[in-house]
Amino acid sequence: MATKVAEAREGHSASGWTPAQPLVEVRGLRTWFPVRSGVISRVVGQVRAVDGVDLDIRQGETLGLVGESGCGKSTLGRSILRLVQPTAGEVRFKGQDLLRLGSRAMRRTRREMAIIFQDPFASLDPRQTVADILGEALDIHHLARTGRARKERVSELLGLVGLSTDFAGRYPHEFSGGQRQRIGIARALAVDPSFIVCDEPISALDVSIQAQIINLLEQLQEKFHLTYLFIAHDLSVVKHISDRIAVMYVGKVVEVSAAKDLYRQPKHPYTGSLLSAIPIPDPRLERRRERIILKGDVASPLNPPSGCRFRTRCFKAQPRCAETEPPLDTVNLGDHKAACYYPLS
Amino acid sequence: MSNAPAIVAAQEPIRRTPVAVLELLRGHRRVAASFVLVAILFLVAVLSPVMSPHDPLAVSPDSSYLPPLTPGHVLGTDELGRDLLSRILWGARVSLPVAFVAVAVGLFGGGLIGLVSGYAGGITDLLLMRLVDALLAFPGLILAIAVVAALGPGLRNAMIAIGIVAVPVYARLVRAVVLQLKQMEFVVATRSLGATPLRLILRHLIPNLLNPIIVQVSLSAGFAILAEATLSFLGLGAQLPTPDWGQMINSGASFLNNDPWLAIVPGAAISITVYSFNLLGDSLRDALDPRLRS
Repeated sequence: MATKVAEAREGHSASGWTPAQPLVEVRGLRTWFPVRSGVISRVVGQVRAVDGVDLDIRQGETLGLVGESGCGKSTLGRSILRLVQPTAGEVRFKGQDLLRLGSRAMRRTRREMAIIFQDPFASLDPRQTVADILGEALDIHHLARTGRARKERVSELLGLVGLSTDFAGRYPHEFSGGQRQRIGIARALAVDPSFIVCDEPISALDVSIQAQIINLLEQLQEKFHLTYLFIAHDLSVVKHISDRIAVMYVGKVVEVSAAKDLYRQPKHPYTGSLLSAIPIPDPRLERRRERIILKGDVASPLNPPSGCRFRTRCFKAQPRCAETEPPLDTVNLGDHKAACYYPLS
Repeated sequence: MSNAPAIVAAQEPIRRTPVAVLELLRGHRRVAASFVLVAILFLVAVLSPVMSPHDPLAVSPDSSYLPPLTPGHVLGTDELGRDLLSRILWGARVSLPVAFVAVAVGLFGGGLIGLVSGYAGGITDLLLMRLVDALLAFPGLILAIAVVAALGPGLRNAMIAIGIVAVPVYARLVRAVVLQLKQMEFVVATRSLGATPLRLILRHLIPNLLNPIIVQVSLSAGFAILAEATLSFLGLGAQLPTPDWGQMINSGASFLNNDPWLAIVPGAAISITVYSFNLLGDSLRDALDPRLRS
């Protein structure tokens, strides 16, 4: 076992990865879901949930990923962890392409990454006790040699997420939503990962609990030098926790930038419209707030529009937008990139 | 470590499922009542050699056609003077094993097909489900009769045939639940930890399949008893002179005009047994459904 871990480590160094490089490099990632119909299940179309995404996630940062429901952000998160099998592209984790790993090597590499889910009621097995839920990761990777070590690690994990160690013998249905989410976080921490995908971890929680969970995630990040991909459909939530933010629209990343810049100076019209929808907690300012109301519906990922996917709803669209798709570095201000020919000034 | 005392608390014994079963029986009177009924039936089957007042096979032409409530023969005697009560008690030793074996055949065959089909998906799922569809295309009893005809009459073959009839029911049920569970986030979470498929199936899918399966088992046990009685009535199940409820109805049917109890008594035994199993299944389904739990 120890030699296997050592081999895996050497594998990383052999690929030339150093901590100065992005922890996760996503290149040309595509996840298409075939649509089947008829008696012989003929493929009649492809839902392009993720359609050519390039993204870097740097060591120790929180990258916020926002977009409307159905834009593919959850699929992107799960494709990066290979919980959904991508159709094409590369996901380099510490320099190693995850999509090329065999199933055995992939299972071993899973120790270094984890996921936290949106729905705390669906994400815990109703038939397992908290001790079993948290201990499972330890069993899979042989991280606890004795029953006593396992118990101690479970208690430690519960302590880390602010739960009483008395809870170890209880079942998930005995907990509130916030407590369940903490158990989900503890499970993610069990394998001692360096990268965690947070898939809308607070969307299903009461507003009063949301802040607690955000704070907990931030404390844990500091303590264990975690890297987060934080998925949300709400820019105001992501603003608080993210170092950088990527905005997705119908399977594509349309803008990526440092969090501050994105809020101060959005470049893509879609980002501008999302930001204009955030209410200002001051009645006078709120009354004068200018809203960009988009026309039409979100384009279908089954049959996206030619050229720029946002052009059908864009208030700045020109004929050129329908011809060729603007690459992400059309606007390139170093750290701030946007896929738009006619960016906001 | 600062939270050392709390660790001691975590080492206290963990409450586990047997307690949950007791609580279920305590909290749900219908479950408890039907559970007791089924338990009594099993006791009768086990204790019938001790409980029977007469030898179920002992022929005595002098005391034939005695009506029920005759002293010494509470349920009367049949055309050969055999004590009906003894034959009913001994008949339970045929009917209840049939329920067991047939359900086991259906559960393991159908459960395996459903599990593989639902978990693997794709072409495997397609082929297995068409096979199940083919089995479903025949009415249950017709299929059972066809299988017995192919294997040859006899109790053992009847059990197998009835089990085969139950296979599609379990296959469909298990597949549907597995498809549903596969999408659940706790299953995705387990995969994200690096669990092998075997671990996922044994630790997460099967435990979560138990509720619907328990209910289906008690329902199809009732069907199995009824089907065996039908097969025996047709002469395809238990062979003479084994006391068997279906067989008893068959021979009693000839005397329906003058001595109707010859058919009514075994009929009532079947009704009570099937009703007990169905009641258990019904009440378990209600008690185990979280939406119906108060």
